[in-house]
Amino acid sequence: MSVGTDTALGLTESRTVVGIAVKVVIYAVVVALFAGPLIALLSGAFSEVSDPTDLSVIPNRPTLENFAIAFDFGVLGYLANSFFVVGFGLLLQVIVSVLAGYALARKRFRFSALVMVAILATMMLPEEILALPLSILLADLPILHINLMGTLAGMIVPLGAWAFSILVMTEFMKDVPLELEEAARIDGASELRVFAQIIVPLCKPALGVIGVFGFTMIWDQYLLPLLVSQSSDTYTLPLALRTLRIEPEVTPGVVMAASLLALAPSVLVFLLFQRSFARGLTSGALKG
Amino acid sequence: MTIHAADAATAADAPKAAAGTIVSPPPARRRRRHRTQGQWWIPWAFLMPALLLFLVFRYIPMVQAIQMSVENVRPYLGNEFVGAQNYQVILADPAFRDATINTVILAVGQTVGCLLLGFLLALLLEGQTRKLSFIRSAAFLPVVVPMAVVAELWRIMYYPSADGFLNNIIGVFGLGPSEYINSPDSAMWSVMLMGIWRGGPYDMMIILAGLAGIDRGLYEAATVDGANRWQRIVHVTLPGLRPVFTILFILAAIRGFRVFTEVFLMTNGGPNGATEVVMTLLYKLGLEQGKLGVGSAGAVLLFLATLVLTLVVQLITRRKKDA
Repeated sequence: MSVGTDTALGLTESRTVVGIAVKVVIYAVVVALFAGPLIALLSGAFSEVSDPTDLSVIPNRPTLENFAIAFDFGVLGYLANSFFVVGFGLLLQVIVSVLAGYALARKRFRFSALVMVAILATMMLPEEILALPLSILLADLPILHINLMGTLAGMIVPLGAWAFSILVMTEFMKDVPLELEEAARIDGASELRVFAQIIVPLCKPALGVIGVFGFTMIWDQYLLPLLVSQSSDTYTLPLALRTLRIEPEVTPGVVMAASLLALAPSVLVFLLFQRSFARGLTSGALKG
Repeated sequence: MTIHAADAATAADAPKAAAGTIVSPPPARRRRRHRTQGQWWIPWAFLMPALLLFLVFRYIPMVQAIQMSVENVRPYLGNEFVGAQNYQVILADPAFRDATINTVILAVGQTVGCLLLGFLLALLLEGQTRKLSFIRSAAFLPVVVPMAVVAELWRIMYYPSADGFLNNIIGVFGLGPSEYINSPDSAMWSVMLMGIWRGGPYDMMIILAGLAGIDRGLYEAATVDGANRWQRIVHVTLPGLRPVFTILFILAAIRGFRVFTEVFLMTNGGPNGATEVVMTLLYKLGLEQGKLGVGSAGAVLLFLATLVLTLVVQLITRRKKDA
């Protein structure tokens, strides 16, 4: 038996009838296992599913009624909240990461190693562990004495600084040749000009990475919106699914229609920016 | 000028090699500052937003958690210092002990399950063709679906009647019907299975990146030496992937210890406490019953557990590297 040497398993190179048949079966099983439940959700959202036993990957009795009922329960408002949080959250996160990455990558200064450790250490302090003090702190911010509980801002600001994004930016900015920066400085460019017109424009691939990862990270937030929300006015869509399910008029079909709206943005971002995703997975996760 | 620039570039590159190990040595300080460095406060101005946000939303809450854990927290009345009392209360609480056991079971099960599934998928789907990259994307989809949606979907799939979605499928193989999350006997592995379904493809992507870094010459050498598929994977692939497995293990274990959303949405600790994990218990203690001091003590213990685990894994892997 000869085994191909391009891959660990040597399966991909197999050209025999049996090899091809095995491959087709494996690929079909993988797609069915991982995409199957999502296809069931898709078809359920557009079908009459009045009981969980009606769930199927094949749509039956197609209808848009599920969405109509979901909209009656304010799903569009929750979706708007989600977009507000992800929009401003991502904007803040990207700005903060680009600024911090510039200092860490392009400047040598006293205590820079300590700052790096302090940033890395925040990875050990997730919202879950800080949930209780965070809920007290958000009700009365230090010095400012602003109450962010029950506001969308309370779900946004704590996500503003994310160690992963800062690390990705820092690593990338280190690779921008110093000559470019020097040339601009000799021509009299100010610090801000060097930053905004030389370094940042060269970091578009890294901006793509922190953009897609920040988007999915913020969109997937659950505990923080749960802590901050005090009424359904500020529910994000993922948060609203649980309360929606309990309503007596809401069938599993309606829950799936709302779920489809809740997963569509992050799945679309993934499908459109797969290259950035792959880059972030390999750089960020292995180094950070 | 050019010599200077090249010099500075290598100095900037130096810490990168150590970026993964945190303890990168600070670049040697020059006696005369380089002309591009400018005023001392400029880097701090760029760092300020990040440091301020980390201080307010990470470090201050951490200090507050430690502080509250040794206090009897009484809103409007002022807190009083009670020493280790909160820790005694939570450690003596059988519910906390059970939740800790459940958390460890869930964390270990999901971590190992995700690694095994991820490794298997990576082996099966490794390759350069467009068809394969399409299949990999399809397999990766669960990772980008919000956990809240995954939980709602699996609740419906786990419907316990004989004609529920998953019971129908396992019925084809002569299994079931199972009650899944509705029975204390099966609730834990049901939550675990959902977590593996969502986490396995993530591990797959990282392991694929690791596989790409393995020297093809080693495969050829092994084949020439008459090694079969199995021997090649055990003796060439697995050793080559060790650093990847270490990172995935740490990441998954940290995530596993603080698991909240999926349990909260699937079972909220039920049925009958069968899936109660530390975070769902702390949520109930602290935010629903207002026992902030005891809850904070639990959170501090959870933090210490994560810290110890990370350090132990780091130590073990570093010693192996040296040996």
